[in-house]
Amino acid sequence: MQAAAAKTDPANTTGEPVYQLRNVGKTYARNAIVALEGVNLTLNKGSFSAVIGSSGCGKSTLLKIMSGLIPPSTGRVVLQDRPVTGPRRDIGMMFQQATLFPWRTTLENIVLPIEIRDGKAAAKAAHEQGRALLELVGLKGFENTYPSELSGGMAQRASICRMLITEPAVLLLDEPFSALDELTRDFMNMELQRICTTRNATAFLVTHSIQEAVILSDVVYVMKPRPGRVAEVVTIDLPRPRTLDMMTTPKFGELVEHIRSSLDKEAFK
Amino acid sequence: MSNLERIADTAPATEEDTVWTEHVGWLDQVPRAVQMLFVFVVFVLVWDMVTRFGLVSPIILPTPAETLADMIFVGKNLATGGYMLPALWITLKEVFYGFLLAIAIGFTLGVIVGETAFGERAIMPYLVAIDTMPKVAFAPLFVAWLGFDIHSKVALAAFIATFPIIVGTAAGLHAADTNSRNLFKTMGASRWQTLIKMKLPMGLPQIFTGLKIGSVGVMAGAITGEFLGGGKGFGELIRTAASQLNTPRVFALILYLSIVGLALFAFVAWVQRRFVFWHKERAGLGGES
Ligand SMILES: Nc1ncnc2c1ncn2[C@@H]1O[C@H](COP(=O)(O)OP(=O)(O)OP(=O)(O)O)[C@@H](O)[C@H]1O
Ligand SMILES: [Mg+2]
Repeated sequence: MQAAAAKTDPANTTGEPVYQLRNVGKTYARNAIVALEGVNLTLNKGSFSAVIGSSGCGKSTLLKIMSGLIPPSTGRVVLQDRPVTGPRRDIGMMFQQATLFPWRTTLENIVLPIEIRDGKAAAKAAHEQGRALLELVGLKGFENTYPSELSGGMAQRASICRMLITEPAVLLLDEPFSALDELTRDFMNMELQRICTTRNATAFLVTHSIQEAVILSDVVYVMKPRPGRVAEVVTIDLPRPRTLDMMTTPKFGELVEHIRSSLDKEAFK
Repeated sequence: MSNLERIADTAPATEEDTVWTEHVGWLDQVPRAVQMLFVFVVFVLVWDMVTRFGLVSPIILPTPAETLADMIFVGKNLATGGYMLPALWITLKEVFYGFLLAIAIGFTLGVIVGETAFGERAIMPYLVAIDTMPKVAFAPLFVAWLGFDIHSKVALAAFIATFPIIVGTAAGLHAADTNSRNLFKTMGASRWQTLIKMKLPMGLPQIFTGLKIGSVGVMAGAITGEFLGGGKGFGELIRTAASQLNTPRVFALILYLSIVGLALFAFVAWVQRRFVFWHKERAGLGGES
């Protein structure tokens, strides 16, 4: 069994560190609620990490800090050697809802980050790139449809394109597929893996599903509530590329079981 | 059907389609136009009975026939450029300028109140306070300030129509959900960009609701202004006819005015359908496709 419990970061698989959190803490409501305490983590280039934990243990808070939406109360947050002090261009973010704007076509939605950043002309120039991304996620031909005509899974795929169009250094995903049915979600997860591999993207995923975390990740962070902190870091050394078939292997089962018992322990403590 | 299911299937060999009819009341099966016509005919018949059998004095309520005759008279007068046409033109101008003014002021104040914390905290309470006042009571003031010409009527019309537009705009700007806000934040959008590219478009349904309520108020404002401040508009024609106990004329004039009001409302609804094509709600009267 390769699940190594560690207080520090495991020396992660591939490239050099991209994103580093050191001793990050967050308190809400005038220090009454400690949402996060002493979180350390390092995302290496091209790696896929997931964070899992019970509801209210601070996962979304962690992601909001990492995306520059809210400031940490304590600790250092450093992306590509620069402290994160607000939303950044090298961060791509994806939420539970697709959040496409109904008055824009799919393609116009996808180039929106470019339009915000560099203006309408640049957005126009990015249309070609947007089309290529739509093709990448299997939405070729839906460029000019409006989001109301897309299914939930298609809308989430479009929002992946929107996240990717600015070519961010890290992708932060807050339960991106939890609103989808299980079959679609498995499919989307494999798509996500493929996209991350082809683009050598660094990804950080918040999820409630242990299977999802294990099948996608190189590292799984198990979080513990009150105060929210990383209780265990589990290295997943299943071979890549991962396939859905791996979910039936004993090794996968062991890893899932290990994380589940670790979560159970937290729940009753 | 899969093999597995077929084995377990105990349905008889003679298979029929399951026919399932939903019960729809006979009245609901009638086309809408016929339904509306029906209500109209019943209304006119009752009206005719009431007048025919002398239940109400003809001075109070004219017969439908008299009213129709007077409508034709007024229509001819308007069509041939008689003395009523300039009066209608004056009222139309009041409504037009009043509405433009209300849109300009209402939208500006709505954005200030909806977008800034200062506006919401410090300005909104005063607007609510003024909104609860009977605005018609300001009419004599407007006349005193702006005279008996159309200006005082434009002011009253705009005054009445401004508040729903403020409220609609402010509510529209608050309609944006946390996800959209966070998304715009993570994209590094400025406040201006967030307003223009997200909050305003997202709030258009509410803004148009405000505009539609305003379009109704602006007519009421203009006519009230004419009742209370004189002038040479359509309201003055109504007032004169009423003082001469010419009730059929009053009815006819009111009906023409309501056509104008309906046209304005329908115009706003039409613009809404052009701009808010993505919104899936009924756009109110005349808003069904
Ligand atoms: N804006 C806020 N003000 C005060 N407390 C907050 C705020 N946001 C979150 N919290 C608190 O911080 C803690 C962590 O919340 P967070 O949303 O990060 O949890 P989570 O792990 O994402 O939960 P879930 O799995 O349900 O999404 C919770 O106890 C929550 O009540
Ligand atoms: Mg959450």
